[in-house]
Amino acid sequence: MSFDLVEIRDLKVAFDGTQVLHGINLSVDRGEALGLVGESGCGKSVTWLAALGLLPGKAAISGSVRIEGNELCSAPRQALERVRGGRIAMIFQDPSSSLNPVIRIGRQITEALTLHRGIGGETARAEALRLLDMVGIPDARRRFDLFPHEFSGGQCQRLMIAMALAGQPDLLIADEPTTALDATIQAQILDLLNQLRAETGMATVFISHDLGAVSQVCERVCVMYAGRIVEQGSITQLFSRPRHPYTRGLFDAIPRLDGPRTRLVPIPGTVPNPKQLTAGCAFSPRCAHSVASCDFQRPELDVMEDGRRLACFNPVLADEPTPALQTVMEDA
Amino acid sequence: MVRFVISRLLRALVTIVAVVTFAFVVLRMSGDPAQVMLGPDVPQEAVDAFRTSWGLDQPLWIQYLAYIKSIFTGDFGVSMRDKESALQLVLERVPATLQLTIPALLLKLFIGIPAGVYAALHRQSAVDRSVILLAILGFTIPSFVMGLLLVLIFSVTLGVLPSGGQDTWVHGLLPTITMSIGGIGILARFSRSAMIEVMGQPYIRTASAKGVTWSNVVWNHALPNAAVPIITIVGFMVGSLIAGAVIVESIFSWPGIGRLLVVSVSNRDLAVVQCILLMIAATMVLSNLMVDLLYGWLDPRLRRQTVH
Repeated sequence: MSFDLVEIRDLKVAFDGTQVLHGINLSVDRGEALGLVGESGCGKSVTWLAALGLLPGKAAISGSVRIEGNELCSAPRQALERVRGGRIAMIFQDPSSSLNPVIRIGRQITEALTLHRGIGGETARAEALRLLDMVGIPDARRRFDLFPHEFSGGQCQRLMIAMALAGQPDLLIADEPTTALDATIQAQILDLLNQLRAETGMATVFISHDLGAVSQVCERVCVMYAGRIVEQGSITQLFSRPRHPYTRGLFDAIPRLDGPRTRLVPIPGTVPNPKQLTAGCAFSPRCAHSVASCDFQRPELDVMEDGRRLACFNPVLADEPTPALQTVMEDA
Repeated sequence: MVRFVISRLLRALVTIVAVVTFAFVVLRMSGDPAQVMLGPDVPQEAVDAFRTSWGLDQPLWIQYLAYIKSIFTGDFGVSMRDKESALQLVLERVPATLQLTIPALLLKLFIGIPAGVYAALHRQSAVDRSVILLAILGFTIPSFVMGLLLVLIFSVTLGVLPSGGQDTWVHGLLPTITMSIGGIGILARFSRSAMIEVMGQPYIRTASAKGVTWSNVVWNHALPNAAVPIITIVGFMVGSLIAGAVIVESIFSWPGIGRLLVVSVSNRDLAVVQCILLMIAATMVLSNLMVDLLYGWLDPRLRRQTVH
């Protein structure tokens, strides 16, 4: 029997009794690039932090996370520590503060090499220099012993990526890796992620609220809202025909650069407070498509005829035009 | 770096001169040594003779210049009471004070910091709450109350420890403990909050995410970052190694610098008081200087600013 690389089943997370993840089912195949999209606070990062056991102790986690069939959720700490960085590596939103300010960057990278590949000394140094070259840090030999504050934000993210690659992981979780960076640097980092995936064959989970960035990196997308997956499908399916009103709303809120000037269509309201979720669909208070049943009954995530998964009673019609779609597809 | 050290040394010198000047002026304005030394009923001639012999009849600024000049030649004056070199008198008392303050400092460091770090790593636990409570008690209870309380318990009630004197090392126990309790509390609180702050930083999550073991996350990734605020407090404690024992030495009749200071102030023994204050200022300034240098060693971001 063959397993997916990572399989998350019914993952639930609660902080101080407030549930923030309501049963996430998600699988990542070897080498694939999966996008996780949604507004801030919808549980994109929490899903993966929970999977790796990186949430603070007060978080109550239930469900199952398996890597090649091995359960992580109830695994002892030592087993988790081997998986972190070794099988699943993670990079974060704010690269400058994600690197330890008092440790030389060379040592931060060789530390990961020693942990996961058992190499040290000169061998580790040579390998770290190779990784730094690979992620495009110029003059790595001379800058090996510098501290993180002596690098720019974009370079810090490259350092983070080099550190993540050190353990030769099967899966890289990129948690909003470009959000804190300039647009030009963003594009460079996205290119780097694509290039590295092609070279190393590692799978990528790309967490972002930037649909354009997601379309550049991923093949498959999950749209999350208020701790649930609401729509899931291939990039083409979702970008050409978003069916969930929330997915559609995300596209409508993207400014167009070309064509006639049109007013942006924002999604009204804000993400609901996780303490005040009703029995109905969490999106219904903001949804133009909501019908009576939306308020007291929750739609399940069901497979549609085109293969995508969708949780909506009254989805956007398949042939409804998407005004912002063109921009995003052209950007990509 | 050299420029930084030189500029800090100059500032240290200015601080010391300010302290010396302040002590000199205030001491001479706040009472007449002749009256105190000779008593209230002596004839005016005796008072005048005393003043002339100690140079107290000169204008204040001439006395001051003479004093500064003699300091630079290594002469710290003579005690009006014992007629001995003031420096000699003070230096004789230093070992006794250090016998209390150095063990007290070690207690503060080796109990306060681990307690604070442990509490931070086990936040909201019973241990954490107890550490906070004890720390607050420790540094809010003044040392004279704490000292008397300990005497009441260990000397009066239990009769296991002596309440004063300097005969054996056992006599040093109560004063040392009294002195260390406040510092333990302060260091525990500071280490706890510094560590909580650091453990919430993104780079700690990064370290965990790359598979670093928990103990190495704490030791190699968190503690070096928490060290900067902790070292500031430790610097103050090192700086007060000489001065910190005034009250406790008086309570436990321990013949150190603190007792000498109290006695010399009430006797208006000018040279001795000035010599002690100079020494206190110098240790405080010196330890601050060391802390500044340590900052740069601990945190490379500060190193850069200091070089420019």
